[in-house]
Amino acid sequence: MSEVDVRNFTLNFGPVHPSAHGVLRMILELDGEVVERVDPHVGLLHRGTEKLIEYKTYLQAVPYFDRLDYVAPMNQEHAFALAVERMLDIEVPRRGQLIRVLYAEIGRLLAHLMNVTTQAMDIGALTPPLWGFEQREKLMVFYERASGARMHAAYFRPGGVHQDLPQALIDDIGVFCDEFPKALKDIDTLLTANRIFKQRNVDIGVVPLEEAWGRGFSGVMVRASGAAWDLRKAQPYDAYAEMEFDVPVGSNGDCYDRYLIRMEEMRQANEIMRQCVQKLNAPDGKGPVASTDGKVVPPKRGEMKQSMEALIHHFKLYTEGYKVPAGEIYAAVEAPKGEFGVYLVSDGTNKPYRCHIRAPGFAHLSAMDYLCRKHMLADVTAILGSIDIVFGEVDR
Amino acid sequence: MDETVVVEPIAIDPLVTLGEHVAASLGDAVLGFDVAYDDLTVTVARDSIVNVATFLRDDPKCRFISFVDVCGADYPAREFRFDVVYHFLSPHLNQRIRVKLEADDATPVPSICGVYSGANWFERETYDLYGVLFSGHPDLRRILTDYGFDGHPLRKDFPLTGFVEVRYDEERKRVVYEPVTLAQEFRSFDYLSPWEGTDYVLPGDEKAKN
Repeated sequence: MSEVDVRNFTLNFGPVHPSAHGVLRMILELDGEVVERVDPHVGLLHRGTEKLIEYKTYLQAVPYFDRLDYVAPMNQEHAFALAVERMLDIEVPRRGQLIRVLYAEIGRLLAHLMNVTTQAMDIGALTPPLWGFEQREKLMVFYERASGARMHAAYFRPGGVHQDLPQALIDDIGVFCDEFPKALKDIDTLLTANRIFKQRNVDIGVVPLEEAWGRGFSGVMVRASGAAWDLRKAQPYDAYAEMEFDVPVGSNGDCYDRYLIRMEEMRQANEIMRQCVQKLNAPDGKGPVASTDGKVVPPKRGEMKQSMEALIHHFKLYTEGYKVPAGEIYAAVEAPKGEFGVYLVSDGTNKPYRCHIRAPGFAHLSAMDYLCRKHMLADVTAILGSIDIVFGEVDR
Repeated sequence: MDETVVVEPIAIDPLVTLGEHVAASLGDAVLGFDVAYDDLTVTVARDSIVNVATFLRDDPKCRFISFVDVCGADYPAREFRFDVVYHFLSPHLNQRIRVKLEADDATPVPSICGVYSGANWFERETYDLYGVLFSGHPDLRRILTDYGFDGHPLRKDFPLTGFVEVRYDEERKRVVYEPVTLAQEFRSFDYLSPWEGTDYVLPGDEKAKN
């Protein structure tokens, strides 16, 4: 019998594949059903965010950050706000810090609920996303009640947050914190011990810790590989230093560990939210929500009716904006997907000279080739789901 | 007067100590270091970046094992107009470090992909957006911009609107590229206060001189 000429099969995955979580095109080189090489083509959602920010004042740049990881918008604003505050050397009042921590944790729930449940959908379970999205909807209502927008909030501003939370909203978040563990338990019952879910996730996409660090992984991706590393603990920002929570750490670095860590992080996030609600209701949790430095934070409307100085501040801040001292800074937060960093260069004017956005998803997605090699074709979607990709931040 | 002077204890910033250690160990490769806004910045010679990165990763006093970021920045007035900025993180020290070097669009910068495999896409991005070349990079292609894109969009001399726009052409049944046409002139508001030393002529001021 003559030798058959066997060649690898090249498959074009995406750009609009439902499991691609957005617009990802991947060129998969297959040997039978085994993946030999993955070449992700990103940039289909590239909007030039960094370029646009160079042409806007510092305050106008805030809404661009909502549109990066649009699953947890406020966490991105947080990094930018921290960078600008550190350069301006202004302090956020305690209530402002607590509100930020509260909403950053709501963002973590939003992101993890989305990721855990849609990853389950990618590998065949339809119910988790339906249940998870019900909870997400409630959280987005909290976003809306605080900022007026369900997603693109522009709520964390350099200096604090835009406005105070109504007491009714804080109470409702408290009620949510009591009810959410049950909803999470339901999802947990569906997935954690599920035989099919485990068969699809255990020992898939394993990353040793050394490799995870060198590849620029952060957040859940390094914790699943065994590093007890969380920026909220290691380099606490805002009110995280006074919060009590645990950092879950995995041992195998596979998709299943990443799932388990996300589930535990949701429980911890819920506890942090509960602590925030308590602290906001305590007497020392009252007070201003943004820095009282009138040169940075615009005055409230009511104040402008009475005070000439407030009126001038309002005019100046919404036209010229504030000037940030020259220099460069890197500020990072523990976003749900990992370390979200902002490298900001100021030339002393009212616009950033350079604003580089370090998105965790970009580093994670770049390891797709490493993660998927010698796995089966069906595992590609499981791995892609578990590294938690949102194209808003990958493509910027 | 003398007795009112309070002698403050000299606080030794761990970042300064770290910077001194890095500068002493690497010798000529380090051109200088600086601590500002609680960030340590080390400026290095372009050709030594691979040595610097390897040292930072492997030295027992540094252990910057976590790769964070590579990006560019454009300063058109300089001879070597680009900065390539690296960020690393040491989970052991709980410190970050920023390494900077200067480059232009002709001389390649050695790639650090061999030291940190995560640098691959970040260097591709820097090449794509600034046109900085990386030697020894396994796969230096464009990454964020369109297939067949021309130019490097984050350079300061690249206009915000770009040069081409795309639309779907109904007659030709495909997407076509056309030069950008703006319905109104591109508006760039300069809100910097004219009382604080602007270096341009305000509209109308040129008449006053005559």
